[in-house]
Amino acid sequence: MKKIWNKVTAMRKWVFILLTFALVQLLAQVGIINDYLQATIATICINIILAVSLNLITGFTGQFSLGHAGFMSIGAYSCAIVLLRLPTIGGFLLGLLLGAVLASLIGFLVGLPTLRLRGDYLAIATLGMSEIIRVVFINIKITNGAAGLSGIPRFTNWFFLYLFVVSTIVLISNFLKSSHGRACISIREDEIAAEAMGINTTRYKVMSFTMGAFFAGIAGGLYAAYFYYIDPGTFDFLKSIDVLVIVVLGGLGSISGSILAAILLALISVVLQDISELQMIVYSLILIIIMIFRPQGLMGSKELSFKMFRDLGKSLAFRKESE
Amino acid sequence: MDQLIQQIINGISLGSIYALIALGYTMVYGIIKLINFAHGDIYMLGAYIGYFCMTTLKLGFLPSLFIAIILCMIVGICIEKIAYKPLRNATRIAVLITAIGVSLFLQYGTMFFVGANVRTYPPLTGLMAKRFKYGHTLISMHQIIIVITTIVLMTALQVIVKNTRIGKAMRAVSLDKDAAQLMGINVDSTISFTFALGSALAGAAGVLVGIYYNSINPLMGTMPGLKAFVAAVLGGIGIIPGAMMGGYLIGIIEVFVSGYGSSMYRDAVVFAILILILILKPSGIMGKNIGEKV
Repeated sequence: MKKIWNKVTAMRKWVFILLTFALVQLLAQVGIINDYLQATIATICINIILAVSLNLITGFTGQFSLGHAGFMSIGAYSCAIVLLRLPTIGGFLLGLLLGAVLASLIGFLVGLPTLRLRGDYLAIATLGMSEIIRVVFINIKITNGAAGLSGIPRFTNWFFLYLFVVSTIVLISNFLKSSHGRACISIREDEIAAEAMGINTTRYKVMSFTMGAFFAGIAGGLYAAYFYYIDPGTFDFLKSIDVLVIVVLGGLGSISGSILAAILLALISVVLQDISELQMIVYSLILIIIMIFRPQGLMGSKELSFKMFRDLGKSLAFRKESE
Repeated sequence: MDQLIQQIINGISLGSIYALIALGYTMVYGIIKLINFAHGDIYMLGAYIGYFCMTTLKLGFLPSLFIAIILCMIVGICIEKIAYKPLRNATRIAVLITAIGVSLFLQYGTMFFVGANVRTYPPLTGLMAKRFKYGHTLISMHQIIIVITTIVLMTALQVIVKNTRIGKAMRAVSLDKDAAQLMGINVDSTISFTFALGSALAGAAGVLVGIYYNSINPLMGTMPGLKAFVAAVLGGIGIIPGAMMGGYLIGIIEVFVSGYGSSMYRDAVVFAILILILILKPSGIMGKNIGEKV
């Protein structure tokens, strides 16, 4: 009996994942989730991929990057360009892969020289990089300049969104549990001590940076294949900030925090959409207030887990009993 | 040759504006190690204050400049007291996010009150609108005003930082905050003063850019803010003469890229310079390499 129970506990993560998928699918089929909500869900999923991948760079490896939108735009444009010429499911997957590989390649090339720098300098360098990428996209022919690409066939659906969100989370959290991941975390904790322990810090920083760029590329591809239209302005400095805000709000070094924050911020913007002129003002105030009163973010560096709920339930039950 | 001189003149005018903004960045970074993203928006506020002084209050250029400087100073101090001071001991990334929040708040708050549309500065009249022509080179009075105002403000700044008690305190705090506190320096008020100085310069830059380019809008601060930051890094962040030199260099380079290359690439070139300088000499042109302490 206990053996079976243990198996169930081991499986429950996957059960939970499948149930969420089925639930949203069902609600969309029945029509409770309308088109607007579906677009919100797509935004949430894309933001989760972006935030978790940035969290790998900023939250776990401690490298402050302000250029995530740049990697996202490489993924988006690659996927869009491939899809416009090859509008099939194969083309979609090829575009995603191409975008992710190109984004990680650029991430590698930019990361190799700049990751030797510490702290704020990297932030500025990545910011510069993403601006350069944007200007290049405005000026080259294949991306149709500032007008952007339109009429991109929609291939991103709930299945693909969910698939990529889950695989991003699983891959990154497994990476963090590996010895490479531990090396990355040790760099965040103390770079000099990590170096003294024989960790090749530049190598691991570049590794996590490249990985983060890879997933940002995938998120960009999903974005392009969902919203029909992309232009260089979509991926400006503000987009990078948006992702960073999700990561910091959720908690640096907490994957479940990033997921929660992505959902929360999307809900806030749904609530605020009726007062659109005040939306950004309220958003900025929320940001300032959270940073002043809870600078470690919603989750700190803790992870949400089933155990946490069980402990919560236990302590609640205990409180009732003691009353 | 004429064109070259003309470009240099234009570059110096634009560079003056970058230099004024860069000074605020560099001082704030020097003293609390914060990239103050809201700085570009104070420059935008300065432009709007100048605009309302000139149109609604019908004031001249100098009184408008003066009012803009004073009001921006107050805004700068308020921002520091409300948003940054509670975070003195928080992680740097938390302060940075707050700065981004303040920046968004200023942008969209301004947009809420004055509208998102572009406004045009009233044209200066009389002597202020004159243009001088030497051969094929054209110098407008605007450019002369910009350069003279910048030089006056920079000299004032240099005098304050080098020769006054509070300037000495600023230098002490940026060198070592704890030691400065032990010596009886009021660190908080010194930091506030630094913000006030930086914001004053940014406000002045806002009015100057208003009379130079004529059009202003609530989001105008972001790009010049980032470029001024590049200028500060280029000169060596935390070093005041470095920021001035960086500002002028970036201004001249930008004008040259627009004039001889393609104006579409001028932003890219500025950021490419940034990445190059970070790779080759991260401490900036005038910076010294400081050894790492464990």
